[in-house]
Amino acid sequence: MTRSSKTDHWLVRPTTIRLLWRVFAAVLALLVLAQFFIKIKSYFGIDGWFGFAAVFGFLACVAMVFLAKGLGVFLKRDESYYDNGDADV
Amino acid sequence: MFEWLSPAFVLLAGALLTGPARGHLRTVIVLVAPLITLWAVWQVPDGVVQTAPFLNYQIELVEGSPLRRLFATIFAFMAFGGGLYAYRQSRWYELAAAYAYAAGAIGVCFAGDLITFFLFWELMAIFSTVVVWCGGTADSRAAGIRYAAMHFLGGVVLKVGIVGVVLQTGSIDIQPMLASNFSTWMILIGILINAAAPPFSVWLSDAYPTATSTGSVFLSAFTTKTAVLALILMFPGEPVLIGVGLYMIFYGIIYALLENDARRILAYSIVNQVGFMVCAIGIGTELALNGAAAHAFAHIIYKALLFMSAGVVLYRTGISKCTDLGGLFRTMPVTCVCGIVGALSISSFPLTSGFTTKTLISQASMVEGMAAVYFLLAAASAGVFLHAGIKFPWFVFFQKDSGLRPADAPWNMAAAMVIFSVLCIALGVYPEWLYALLPYPVDYDAYSPGKVLFYLQLLLFSGLAFFLLLPFMKRTRTITLDVDWIWRVLLFRLWCNAVNAGSVFSQKYGQGMQQSFEQVRSWAYRYWGEGGVFNRSWSIGTTSLWIAVLLSTYAIMYYL
Repeated sequence: MTRSSKTDHWLVRPTTIRLLWRVFAAVLALLVLAQFFIKIKSYFGIDGWFGFAAVFGFLACVAMVFLAKGLGVFLKRDESYYDNGDADV
Repeated sequence: MFEWLSPAFVLLAGALLTGPARGHLRTVIVLVAPLITLWAVWQVPDGVVQTAPFLNYQIELVEGSPLRRLFATIFAFMAFGGGLYAYRQSRWYELAAAYAYAAGAIGVCFAGDLITFFLFWELMAIFSTVVVWCGGTADSRAAGIRYAAMHFLGGVVLKVGIVGVVLQTGSIDIQPMLASNFSTWMILIGILINAAAPPFSVWLSDAYPTATSTGSVFLSAFTTKTAVLALILMFPGEPVLIGVGLYMIFYGIIYALLENDARRILAYSIVNQVGFMVCAIGIGTELALNGAAAHAFAHIIYKALLFMSAGVVLYRTGISKCTDLGGLFRTMPVTCVCGIVGALSISSFPLTSGFTTKTLISQASMVEGMAAVYFLLAAASAGVFLHAGIKFPWFVFFQKDSGLRPADAPWNMAAAMVIFSVLCIALGVYPEWLYALLPYPVDYDAYSPGKVLFYLQLLLFSGLAFFLLLPFMKRTRTITLDVDWIWRVLLFRLWCNAVNAGSVFSQKYGQGMQQSFEQVRSWAYRYWGEGGVFNRSWSIGTTSLWIAVLLSTYAIMYYL
C-alpha cells in the first residue's frame, strides 16, 4: 500500500485488518467451542468427533491448494502459449 | 391457450421479433417474452399434451411433469434475468441468439420423445455458438469454432445412440435406461459432452469466457443444466455417473485454483457444480434426484449472478484478469455485494440457496451409506468456498488497490443482480418454496443445528486456510493446459510433421522421380507425339484392313 493509512478506505487500513483477523479468530474459536452445546450428529463415526469439520475443512483445502500447485508445475503455460505459432495456426 | 404449443415456441417468437423491432418495442419484447413463456410453462399439465406425425413416428412435442416444469421455469426466469441484465448493453442479434438458445433449452425440457429432444438439443448448440461468436474478438471466433466442433460431434454421438435405441426398443419415448450396450452408451456420452464431463470438460472453460460480458451470463445457464435434466430423465441411478461427477467436482476446483481469468474461474466452477448434480444422479434415489434438480435450480441463479458481477467488472474496466484487478469494492459496492451473495451461495453457506440444495445431495449419499462419496463431497464443499466463494470476490474486489475506479453497474444490470441476489437468499431462508416444486415429496430439515454447525466449521476453516495460504495462491499470468492440448498442439504438430516429411521425401527422391517422369514422357511422345506411329492420319483402306483383322481375330477367339 503506497497510500498513507489515513487517506485510504477504512476497510483496508492496517488497524481494520488487524481487527478483522481478531474477530475472525474469535468466531472460529466459538464455532469449535459451540460443539460442547450443539451435538453434531455422527453418521460415519469419525464425523461426530470434536472439531472434525474444522480440521477436515482446513486440511482438505491445504491438500487441494498444494495439489493444484504441484499440477501447475507441469500444466501452467504462458498466456500466449496458444497464440504464438508454436501451437496454433 | 398454450396447451397445444410448446412454451419454447413463445420464446422463439420473442427471439425472432427482437430483430425487426426497434427502440422501446424491442425492450418490451425482450422483457415480456420470457415472462409469457414462464406463464406458458405453468399451463403445461402432466403427461403427453401434444403429438404430431413426423417421419412415420408420432412425436411428442410437449410432455409435462413437475421435473420438466421445474427446469423450464428456471430457464424462462433466467432468460428474463439475462434479458434485463443485457438489453441496454448487448446487440440485438446477441439477445436474439440468446433467446433462441433459451428456447432450445425449454424445448428440451418438454420434449416427450427422443426426436423432439434431439432437434431442440441441436437448436441449443447452434445458437449458443452464435452467442460465443458475438464476443467479436479473434479469441471468441476461434473458441466458437472449437465449441461448435465439440457440440456437433457430441450431437452426432447422441444421434447414433438415439437411432440405436429406437431400432432396438421400437419406441422413441424418453425413458430411464442404464448404460448397458453400445447405443445407450452413445446417448450417455452425447449427453455427458454437453454436461462438460471428462475428458471433454474443456469446451466450457475455453468458450464461455470469450463471450461478451452479457453473453456469458446466458451461456452459464442452459447447456450444462439441460444435460443434467436429460441425465435425470434417462440415466437415474447409473453408477458410472458417481465417479464422473466426483471427477468433475475436483477437476473444477483444481483448475479454478490455478486460473487467473475471473470469468474462467467461474467457468471451471460450473463444471464443479454440475459435478455435484451428476454425482447425485448417479446415486439415483428420490432424495438424490430431488437434490440434483434443486441444486440445478439454485445453481442457475447464483452462477448467473456471479457471471453478472464479473460481467459488470469487465463491462466497466475491460479487464477480467485477477492480476490486473483488485480494490474495486470502493467504487462498485452493488456489484461487490451481489458478487459476494453469489459467492456465498455457491459455497453453500447457511441462509443461502446453495446450502438448502447441496446438502440434499450430501444427505442422499449419507442415507445410502456411501461414506467415501460423503466425505469427498464435504471436502469439495470446502474446496468450492476456496476456489469460488472467497477467491472470486477477493481477487476481483479486494486483494490490492489496482488503482481502477470504475463506476458501479448500469441500473438494469444492477436490477438484475439485485433480483437474483434476493432469490439466492430467499431460497436459503424459505427452502420449502423450492422443495414444493421438486419431483418427489421432500421430508428434509435443512436447518438442524448440528448440520449448520458442521458446515459453518467446514467453511470458515476453509476460509482460514485460504488466507493463510494466500502466498501460495499468488496469481500468475498463465493458462493451464487441458485435454484440448492433444488436438490443439499434439495432433497439429503430428500433422505438420507429416506434411514436412512429405516435402523432405520429395526433395530427397525428387531428382530420381523427375528422371523417370521425363523418360515416360519422351517415350509417350515418340509414339503419340508429332510424327509418332499413333499420330499419323491413316488412309481409309488401311483403317478398314485393321478393323477387318481385329474383328476376324475376335471371331476366331470366340469360337476357340
